[in-house]
Amino acid sequence: MSSEGKVDCGRRRLLVATAAAGGVAGIATVVPFVASMLPSERAKSAGAPVEVDISKLVPGQMMTVEWRGKPVWIINRTPEMIESLKKVTEKISDPKSEKEQQPEYCKNETRSIKPAIMVVVGICTHLGCSPSEKFKTGAESGVDPEWAGGFLCPCHGSTFDLAGRVYKGKPAPINLEVPQHMYLSDARILIGEDKKGA
Amino acid sequence: MSYVNAKLQSLVEWVDDRFPLTAAWKTSASEYYTPKNLNFWYFFGSLSALVLVLQIVTGILLTMHFKPDASLNASGVPVAFASVEYIMRDVPWGWLIRYMHSTGASAFFIVVYLHMFRGMLYGSYRKPRELIWIFGMLIFLCLMGEAFFGYLLPWGQMSYWGAQVIVNLFSAIPLIGPDLSIWLRGDFVVGDATLNRFFAFHVIAVPMALLGLVVAHVIALHEVGSNNPDGVEISKHKDAKGNPLDGIPFHPYYTVKDLVGVVVFLFVFSIVVFFAPEGGGYFVEANNFFPADPMKTPLHIAPVWYFTPYYSMLRAVTYPLLGIDAKFWGVVAMGAGVVILFFLPWLDRSPVKSIRYRGPIYKTLLGIFVFSFFILGWLGTKPPSYEFFGVIPGGPVAQVLSAYYFLFFLTMPVWSKMDKCKPEPERVTG
Repeated sequence: MSSEGKVDCGRRRLLVATAAAGGVAGIATVVPFVASMLPSERAKSAGAPVEVDISKLVPGQMMTVEWRGKPVWIINRTPEMIESLKKVTEKISDPKSEKEQQPEYCKNETRSIKPAIMVVVGICTHLGCSPSEKFKTGAESGVDPEWAGGFLCPCHGSTFDLAGRVYKGKPAPINLEVPQHMYLSDARILIGEDKKGA
Repeated sequence: MSYVNAKLQSLVEWVDDRFPLTAAWKTSASEYYTPKNLNFWYFFGSLSALVLVLQIVTGILLTMHFKPDASLNASGVPVAFASVEYIMRDVPWGWLIRYMHSTGASAFFIVVYLHMFRGMLYGSYRKPRELIWIFGMLIFLCLMGEAFFGYLLPWGQMSYWGAQVIVNLFSAIPLIGPDLSIWLRGDFVVGDATLNRFFAFHVIAVPMALLGLVVAHVIALHEVGSNNPDGVEISKHKDAKGNPLDGIPFHPYYTVKDLVGVVVFLFVFSIVVFFAPEGGGYFVEANNFFPADPMKTPLHIAPVWYFTPYYSMLRAVTYPLLGIDAKFWGVVAMGAGVVILFFLPWLDRSPVKSIRYRGPIYKTLLGIFVFSFFILGWLGTKPPSYEFFGVIPGGPVAQVLSAYYFLFFLTMPVWSKMDKCKPEPERVTG
């Protein structure tokens, strides 16, 4: 204000411009602050592939390995187990694995490279719990009397078959993820990388 | 002696010339007039403040020994988990401080829920106290955040999988969800980065916000004065000096009364801390005595009791809508269950404030509301397949009660107006 009580427009404009410039700088500072909470370079590079020896995995057994901090299951399915996949098709939400939850080479009836060996990320697609193994069939499984074997998520009750396909009407929206993987030999699998690269 | 008194007096004067010490004491205590008819429901505000102080003091002591580190130590145990066990076993009185802090979390929610319910009973959120209610709700939100972040720190199985589930809830938000949950975790899975930032939130960010909100809550309260069980304003009838006829100075009357509340509270609190610090698995869950194992989810996971009513609402939504997963709508229901409380001052259109003069509709619906809230809380501690007495399935019950929870609030503008209320007295009834 000048002494006569009039607004000095030049000074007022300068004031507004200064405040705006300061405001922009303040807002711009938020960017590095927010970005600092993203995964660090170290966290991003921690996803190295994992080599697994499956020579001791007998039919009907499964093993769990850690890859990128997540459990990956390797299941050696018996012929009966593979047969059970056909029987449950009608109850499965995405039986043909049409949604992108597996590499192209696993988009088949068994969701695997070799029919017997299933490789799948053991993290429920609902809220990220790790389902428990329920390989016993029928009432003995404690899941339901017609249970054909598979997995039950303890958190919200989603059920999956032995190819990690989710049953209809369950909270989990899609099938379990099949990671990229390849056979280095008959007994050695590399998880997290395939012939096309990581 | 009189020499000492005179010196003290002059010291107070010296301070008063530089800082409004005596004036603040008068306006907020010795001459702060409070309704004379406050009953036991009014203990829970000061008790919340007490628990806040207990949590801050025990929390500071715990940070002196706790290590937010998810890496494994030489014996293959996560460092964070081991540091909590170290506090429990090797730090002098560490077990007491840790159990005071973990029991304090549950005690906090007990007194805050009762404090909020008091507001509902006597219409304390009504005009002109809407902002007190809103600040209070923000405090409640901060408390929920504080409890959630704090629960990850011991890095036990429930810590880990609870955080996994809750952070994954955000991934249900369309478009931004998956990136948002990665940003929250600071990694692609719950890990060391998550533990470190939750520690920062738990010990710095949220407590600072909490303290600011508590100050705002109390300033707003002192601006308009306390409501009372009759829900009538004491400021309407004043004596020649301008003090409310039905008011008494906060100090010494309510400081002494609140001290009685403090003694009773500490009595009960001590019994829990010393004899049942895990609260039968409700205050500290059994699975949290196992170190976090990212490869294996415990067979039954449930949140701590104070989150379970909202957790039940989350699980109650099982239908997709508008082409978006049910999981997203579950998250919306859970959030809305808390947010809807913010609007209470404007949803309630009753001509009277206190339940004492409310009609049968309010009393009945509020009764069912309380019952629903408890049952939802109970169901939230149980697996999804739970059945009452082995026959009534819990799922549909939770759906009906969740619907009631929302209908109670959404239809309140209608029935609160219709209700047949009794006339309010002109002055408080004592």
